[in-house]
Amino acid sequence: MYQTGNLVKDLAEKHGRRRESLMPILQDIVKKHNYLTDDVMVAVATELDISAAEVYGTASFYTFLDTEERGKNVIRVCKTITCSMKGKNDIIATIEDMLKIRVGETTPDKMFTLLETNCIGWCHKAPAILINDMPYTDLTPETVIDVIKGYMR
Amino acid sequence: MVTLKINEHEAKVAEGTTVLAAAKTLGINIPTLCNHPDLCVAGNCRVCVVEQKGARTLVASCATPVSEGMEIQTNSLKVRNARKHIVELLLSEHRADCTKCYKNQNCELQTLANEYSFGEHIFLDLTEDHNYAIDRSSPAFIKDDSKCIRCQRCVRTCAQLQHVSAIAVSHKGSEMKISSFHDRPMSHVVCTNCGQCVNRCPTGALTEKTYIDQVWDAIYDTDKHVVVQTAPAVRVALGEDLGYDPGERVTGKLVTALRQLGFNSVLDTDFTADLTIIEEGTELLTRLKKVLVEGDKTLALPMFTSCSPGWIKFIEHKYPHMLPNLSTCKSPQQMFGALAKTYYADKRKLDPANVVSVSIMPCTAKKYEADRPEMRSSGYKDIDYVLTTRELAVMIKQAGIDFRTLEESHYDSVMGVSTGAGVIFGATGGVMEAALRTAYEIVTGRPVPFKNLNIMPVRGMEGVREATIKIEGTREEWNFLEGAELKVAIAHGLVNANKIAKAVSQGKAQYHFIEIMACPGGCLGGGGQPIPTSAEIRQKRMEAIYAEDMHMDLRKSHDNPEVTAIYQEFLEEPNSHKAHELLHTHYTERESY
Amino acid sequence: MKNKGLTKVDLIFETVDVRKVMKKAFEMTSDEIIQQVLESGLKGRGGAGFPTGLKWKYTAAEKDPDKYIVCNADEGEPGTFKDREILDKVAPKVYAGMAIAGKAMGARKGFIYLRGEYRFLLPQLFVELHKFHKMIAEIGYDFNIEYRMGSGAYICGEESALFESIEGRRGEPRNKPPYPTTSGLFSKPTSINNVETLVTAMMIIEKGPLEYVKLGTKDSRGSKVFSISGDTPVPGIFELELGMTVQQFVNEFGDGDTKAVQVGGASGFCVPRKKFADTIIGFEGVPTGGSMKLFNSSRSMYNVLHNYIDFFAEESCGQCTPCRVGCQQLLKGIEKVKKGEAKSTYLNELVKLADTMKVASKCGLGQSVGNAFKSIVENFREEVIY
Repeated sequence: MYQTGNLVKDLAEKHGRRRESLMPILQDIVKKHNYLTDDVMVAVATELDISAAEVYGTASFYTFLDTEERGKNVIRVCKTITCSMKGKNDIIATIEDMLKIRVGETTPDKMFTLLETNCIGWCHKAPAILINDMPYTDLTPETVIDVIKGYMR
Repeated sequence: MVTLKINEHEAKVAEGTTVLAAAKTLGINIPTLCNHPDLCVAGNCRVCVVEQKGARTLVASCATPVSEGMEIQTNSLKVRNARKHIVELLLSEHRADCTKCYKNQNCELQTLANEYSFGEHIFLDLTEDHNYAIDRSSPAFIKDDSKCIRCQRCVRTCAQLQHVSAIAVSHKGSEMKISSFHDRPMSHVVCTNCGQCVNRCPTGALTEKTYIDQVWDAIYDTDKHVVVQTAPAVRVALGEDLGYDPGERVTGKLVTALRQLGFNSVLDTDFTADLTIIEEGTELLTRLKKVLVEGDKTLALPMFTSCSPGWIKFIEHKYPHMLPNLSTCKSPQQMFGALAKTYYADKRKLDPANVVSVSIMPCTAKKYEADRPEMRSSGYKDIDYVLTTRELAVMIKQAGIDFRTLEESHYDSVMGVSTGAGVIFGATGGVMEAALRTAYEIVTGRPVPFKNLNIMPVRGMEGVREATIKIEGTREEWNFLEGAELKVAIAHGLVNANKIAKAVSQGKAQYHFIEIMACPGGCLGGGGQPIPTSAEIRQKRMEAIYAEDMHMDLRKSHDNPEVTAIYQEFLEEPNSHKAHELLHTHYTERESY
Repeated sequence: MKNKGLTKVDLIFETVDVRKVMKKAFEMTSDEIIQQVLESGLKGRGGAGFPTGLKWKYTAAEKDPDKYIVCNADEGEPGTFKDREILDKVAPKVYAGMAIAGKAMGARKGFIYLRGEYRFLLPQLFVELHKFHKMIAEIGYDFNIEYRMGSGAYICGEESALFESIEGRRGEPRNKPPYPTTSGLFSKPTSINNVETLVTAMMIIEKGPLEYVKLGTKDSRGSKVFSISGDTPVPGIFELELGMTVQQFVNEFGDGDTKAVQVGGASGFCVPRKKFADTIIGFEGVPTGGSMKLFNSSRSMYNVLHNYIDFFAEESCGQCTPCRVGCQQLLKGIEKVKKGEAKSTYLNELVKLADTMKVASKCGLGQSVGNAFKSIVENFREEVIY
């Protein structure tokens, strides 16, 4: 959990308070904190003068606007056909083994969340994953370990 | 005008007409689900698809405007096959336990299933794959996602008619559903319990929470004295659920039916509507005097009416800083409840512990209101059970009563005498009109200067209405109002209530008194009224309400002899200490989501 | 059947003097620009293939002073990644295409809706956009481009869903009519074009339509950037002239054991080996937004189908019945047939359902689920059942 503070107010100043400001505001919050808390969604609803259910309904439509708690680093493994054909399951198994979590879970230290996602546009370099915004491609069970270690600090 | 052909018949309709509406002019019925006359077009259920010559796909007739030379087939093989598939698909994600469903026989999906899907289902049952939730947290209604067909009528109702959006569409794909904020219980979100969604849900996904069995139990319990009160709007709508056309007044038969059901005393909410006028009118005049003459800063103007529990919860959530602007008067239902277990019990020499107080309301929010912790000023739960107009119709059917052949009869007494001013509470503008009929007379000693007491400027279906009443020839004690212009406003439907509340909040509106009803048309369009609803149906009910008023011997609340008597015998005077104890209340700030 | 054979082309990624093209376009009238694009025969490169010149013409004809040009960079079709490459390599050409479209239609404002998966590109794209704005301002253009981001929703590639998303709502497709050219983004006349379409249009202005029509066939003019993946020794991005057969394509990109090619991604068609020679890639045969996936004989076409339908069941917006429930039924149906819990003839019911989805769904997503479903079930029925 993170504190909402002035975050939403500041973002409303930056992006405006119209309905079309909603996506940029939510996206900036997620960029910073990786997910949306209930408090932050209520704050956004208040700033934009729309209902909180609308904010939740909109956020939950978009895969990347998580409304459940996520770790500091969100790993999204592409599960669409080419990545699936080229060893996605091995990549997932390796990560699960390494971080001791299953798909959909977050590590107890809140450092990593492991998710699957639909095509991320790297089929020619499958299998591919996103960690936060960054794509990693042509992965093998060996290379993915190094990639994740890079996020462990 | 646009000319088109539908099933080889020529139609001439205005530009912008939908294919669906054009077909209707030819007497061709196209089935619909997501379409509702009160709501914007969605075009998402696809049940109304038709074949348009030259089009690559079928088109949704509810969402397709006519065009010159268009040729439409509404019942071709292609259309029928698609429509059957669509109905079957909806059934496959719908828990079709019809015989257990409250909406059995009153379900639009069931009707379509009757026409398109008999015999074996084509598709696999998907209900087992979804973890459907049933939310029973609200005392007013139940939200059962396993019955939901995602037509979004409820979502559009909550947004467009009520400006609440307590529910919205969430998630996508196979997970798409109708959610409150983060799926919190409906009892813990901004929902006003107005039940407008219940009125527009085509299936059993949104239904009122029913208390029929509890009421039967009370009736059969010989130790209990069960009193029932009926709200004004019930008498002009109950008939619709019992085979009458909209707009039939069934007051006399309603009373007889209630007696036959076994209620010990059949009384009228209109009595406490009249009482409300005395209390609220006095409160208004006192506020005006204190604020305008004495400069009292603790009282707020304009004063809002407080009879509509949906409106009360709306303002508690959305404009908590304006709670001081609300009249402190309880709604007529709750005034009645408080008196039933005090004044009435005394008069009838009953132990209030054995009095069960039931109300028949056009409203689902009244169920919530009755459950509010502050509604126990008699020392007991003032109102034990609230039934909607629909639930009463069910009870009448259960009891095997042939409603049409019933004799008409009169309400019992005490608390059964009322005036036309009480009746018009059921229509938007009615409380305002009733209040003006009395307040004007208190101040000037003369009746309101309108023909037949009908204050036409405050009537109608316009969402927000304003009127100015010039006060002249005041009595001595009210001469501070001499020459003043009393500015009033009326709004119905929370989307309109919000407009006024916002304007007042921003200091942009100069009114003294504002009537607000949460539901479109006022109580006659309440969430507990017979389904379906539409502007035409509400118009008919409104005409019936005003006809009922004209039909009454007494038309002004202060002329109600039972009201005079209760002040003499029990309450002493308007806004007395005792009146405050029993008939007034307070409000609570609530969360914004 | 005549075809053009397989010819590699260098148009989209070709280095050009963008400033020069912008100056040239600035000297042209709106009608001249639209006429040239019309003459080129260019059809939208996102997949739907609406003639670009017409779209511009309709938008230009609208009287509203506020109009928009929207660049659809929500490239989400499984197997497509060419727009990312185009933005990565030649973003100024994309911007140029938008500014030219703006000039043609009288729009002063452009939006690029970039899928959230490509957010990592933004810093570089902003640098180039800044330079571009400066450059066209010097020439005299009154045109400005802003980025709007997606957040992981395939359906937002559908034009009206994309508008909804920019407007801050769930990406649920709208009813049509009205079409975007009369009422699009913020209910204003809008031309929405794919990334590659805009670059191609810009290159048509640079080279002239006569040069462009030399490429391709009558129904499929020009060249196209293909995203090639799956069982191929050379996965990647290739720009090819339109009009080749699948066989010629497989000869070049297959691994010698290709049994099927999925043309156009999950919403496209599966072409089995026996139809390779007779199927032209283009609007006269199988159209594609560029996604070409090759499958060799080691692959289970059931798994391919299952993967696609699962994708649609998740990525459907969920508002309309045929798509929301239909996808779930197709998915559950093939699973039951595979497990032997439903008769194999149940597939026939599912094919009929796919037909209903095609004609009764609200938008292109639901309407195209049946493409992959039918072409895989019909061509690989045994693999789906056993």
